[in-house]
Amino acid sequence: MQAFTTHTGLVLALNRVNVDTDQMIPKQFLKGLTREGYGRVLFYDWRYLPGEKPNPDFELNFPRYKGSSILLAGANFGCGSSREHAPWGILDYGFHVVIAPSYADIFYNNCFKNGILPVTLPQEEVEELFKRTEHNIGYQLTVDLPAQTVSDAQGLKYAFEVDPFRKNCLLKGLDDIGLTLEHESDISAYERKTNPHVSQFAPVDMKSPQPQPK
Amino acid sequence: MPLRTMYEKIWDAHIVNEPPGQPGLLYIDRHLIHEGTCPQAFAGLKAAGRKVRRPDLTFAVMDHSVPTITKDRFLPIVDPDAAGQFAALERNCKETGVRLFDMHSANQGIVHIIGPELGITQPGLTIVCGDSHTSTHGAFGALAFGIGTSEIEHVLATQCLSQFRSKTTNVVVTGKLHRGVTAKDIILAIIGKVGIAGGNGHVFEYGGEAIRALSMEGRMTICNMSIEGGARAGMVAPDETTFAYMEGRPFVPRGKDFQESVVRWKTLPSDKGAKFDMVVELDGHKLAPQITWGTNPGMVAPVTASVPAPESYADPDQQEGVTRALEYMGLKPGTKLVDVPVDRIFIGSCTNSRIDDLRVAARVVAGKHIAKNIKGALVVPGSRVVKAQAESEGLDKVFTAAGFEWRDAGCSMCIGMNYDVLPSGERCASTSNRNFEGRQGKGGRTHLVSPMMAAAAAIAGHFVDVRDLDVAAD
Repeated sequence: MQAFTTHTGLVLALNRVNVDTDQMIPKQFLKGLTREGYGRVLFYDWRYLPGEKPNPDFELNFPRYKGSSILLAGANFGCGSSREHAPWGILDYGFHVVIAPSYADIFYNNCFKNGILPVTLPQEEVEELFKRTEHNIGYQLTVDLPAQTVSDAQGLKYAFEVDPFRKNCLLKGLDDIGLTLEHESDISAYERKTNPHVSQFAPVDMKSPQPQPK
Repeated sequence: MPLRTMYEKIWDAHIVNEPPGQPGLLYIDRHLIHEGTCPQAFAGLKAAGRKVRRPDLTFAVMDHSVPTITKDRFLPIVDPDAAGQFAALERNCKETGVRLFDMHSANQGIVHIIGPELGITQPGLTIVCGDSHTSTHGAFGALAFGIGTSEIEHVLATQCLSQFRSKTTNVVVTGKLHRGVTAKDIILAIIGKVGIAGGNGHVFEYGGEAIRALSMEGRMTICNMSIEGGARAGMVAPDETTFAYMEGRPFVPRGKDFQESVVRWKTLPSDKGAKFDMVVELDGHKLAPQITWGTNPGMVAPVTASVPAPESYADPDQQEGVTRALEYMGLKPGTKLVDVPVDRIFIGSCTNSRIDDLRVAARVVAGKHIAKNIKGALVVPGSRVVKAQAESEGLDKVFTAAGFEWRDAGCSMCIGMNYDVLPSGERCASTSNRNFEGRQGKGGRTHLVSPMMAAAAAIAGHFVDVRDLDVAAD
């Protein structure tokens, strides 16, 4: 995973609440075998008209937001499905930071696994950022993870909270499977103590000969 | 010993270690996987030179993209991407020794249907799956929740997950339900009450007279949709209903071991007086059948209500959301919900495709026929075991005689990853769990309802209050 320290970039305002992961990556794009290439289809149904013509009314297609890398959104961002294709799409599109008043749990977790920083700010501060983004073309923010601040060139500075463990993993770009494997002896000890296993009594058909279709 | 909730008991029993200030390392007893969200996890594992630690605790099934017309399973899969995922799952399971229920298995079905059905799901276990509706399994008093693909890879490699403790909410449903009011109506009403973010950071434990009176199928319907209220997991304390459901299932201990397990399972329920972070109460006796009218499961109302006006909401964000939702749904404020005509019916999904659901829907449609304006009505059993059971009871005949299509098991039109897609602009009475924009098909309009309500809408051609029908609830 790529490490995250500070990031300065153009802000895109997606002023909607309860944006679900079905909107970020619709179902027809969940059939891939890799983590790459989802940026092109991010917010597909909102972003494209029939024939993949860009929908001029959707924020991602506003010329002023071209090259944006910070996504500003409403509350409960990322609700619904657990699909990690959503953060993959966000990252692949070019966003490194999401700022919102709140997130759904699974999505929030998935962001950290992919080097995306989801910043949580109080509703009033997010509203102020929406105002500034919408009123100033080219509005940029700097997100400083070590200092836990969001700031702009006009002197605005907001502090945010982030769990110290998650912060450290993101700062160092740590592989959390590697981290867990450092506790291998504890895992083995747990398994010896509790003996987790499955028992099977009745036959369970794996691949029974199927009747041929009529 | 301090008083503990069921969540805390299961958590404590599965902690491998929990250094101060760090997430706990939680041991995972059962890992369920399906073709849609795990290929990247296996690829990552392989690239890092890691092995599946416990293939014996991992179970795979094909469900999300499988054809629901049986004969299509014998033909090459038309969608090359879906075919690629099936091939990858088969290869990955073969290489790592994970048990796979492929699309030809007699036990194939939706992952959250077959886990409980085969007895893989048991009280007191930690269960994860790369699917947000993993909360379903909590109906047995297990801690079960959905995870992302990176976490799938983590569990494959370590059989553990790094987790922060959740907060707990006790959801108490009192009273006796009226005839025609079901588990689906309870959970929709709860989501309407707490909102779709109400349970963020929480695990819901459901209790109260109305929950105790439910079958395991009903409890699964409720736990299944916990995630739609923002809660990553939902739980119901195990009781005699649970044990009776479990006994004799293939992966459930037998004889003396079963009796010993029951003794252990009986220690799981939350201690009397254990503290929850939040309590939500609902009077089941006052509950009417529910229908969603908007584009998230919290946009729900009793069948007796009308489509709300955006101005009736105080919060400007909500007003905007409702305006947008009504535009998408093609609904006008003030329209009575029973006057809304429907185009299609979908009875299926991990929420409502168990044998109980099919029985009650069949009773509603028996001897009748779907209305002229209905363009299509699907019944998709949750598993092949459910399908076989239903066929042995003659339910398939009841449905087909009424004009429904009787299909093979899978996720089908709940998510539309195969060809069971809701056409744009059409309105569907669906027993599934999500009414997000485009969920069942781009431009499709989903109304979430119970199986009884969906069946009744099929016959009438529009929504009806099923309390008025002369049909037994169970």
